[in-house]
Amino acid sequence: MALTPTQTFAIIAMVTLGTVITRFLPFILFPDKKSNPYITYLGSVLPYSAIGLLVVYCLKSVNLMNSPFGLPEASAISFIAVLHYWKSNALLSIGAGTIVYMVLVQFVFI
Amino acid sequence: MDCYCTDIHLDKYRGTGKFKPYLIFGLCDETFSIICSTNPPEGVNRNWFLFFITLLNHGYWVLVSAIGGLLGYMVSFNTKGLDFVLTALFVVIFIGQWQSQEKRKPAIIGVACSALCLAIFGQSNFIIPSMIAILTILTVSRKRMTSEGV
Repeated sequence: MALTPTQTFAIIAMVTLGTVITRFLPFILFPDKKSNPYITYLGSVLPYSAIGLLVVYCLKSVNLMNSPFGLPEASAISFIAVLHYWKSNALLSIGAGTIVYMVLVQFVFI
Repeated sequence: MDCYCTDIHLDKYRGTGKFKPYLIFGLCDETFSIICSTNPPEGVNRNWFLFFITLLNHGYWVLVSAIGGLLGYMVSFNTKGLDFVLTALFVVIFIGQWQSQEKRKPAIIGVACSALCLAIFGQSNFIIPSMIAILTILTVSRKRMTSEGV
């Protein structure tokens, strides 16, 4: 899909606005006062839930009912898990996992 | 992705004065990670320390994004599946958090709520319901979570 310059500009402007709002909002809502225990609690647990949400978000388009039944994703993620438990090298796991997935969708599950 | 509204950085940026607006503006994931895990060496001004971490990471982002844009324009190959790099990144972060043996419950809550909302609301409408579900469950289970030291 080709975008017109106006559309491109509008998308960048909205993303910028969203980023700036989310970045400044906590500081505006909670100015230099003593910390709020509820926010402290959320700060300690939300990052973990958020990554779970992001993993599901990335896989939202996977169709388990039709061929290839999510097999490329399942294979690549299993590969990443094994590699990451074995080597604990984030760049290696991400790079090799992506290459495995690209090979799978380009040559195996066409 | 901006889940930085943690007390950690609200505390860290206390008393940074005139540096504060830029520190907030330039706060990317990488800067957040570094600031959370390091303290300035002895004799180094804390505000300048935070400022340069933010400025350098900001600069790297701009520079490398520009290089990436140019390379993407010049080099062409079959990129089908390349977007899996983001999935791989989140999976690796997830595994890293899982291995730390702590906070597995919030991770499970995140995946379970999102998967359930995806099944109910479909792929274009499940993010907001998922966030509400996660926030609700984390809020009602706060006492239990806190007492378990999660």
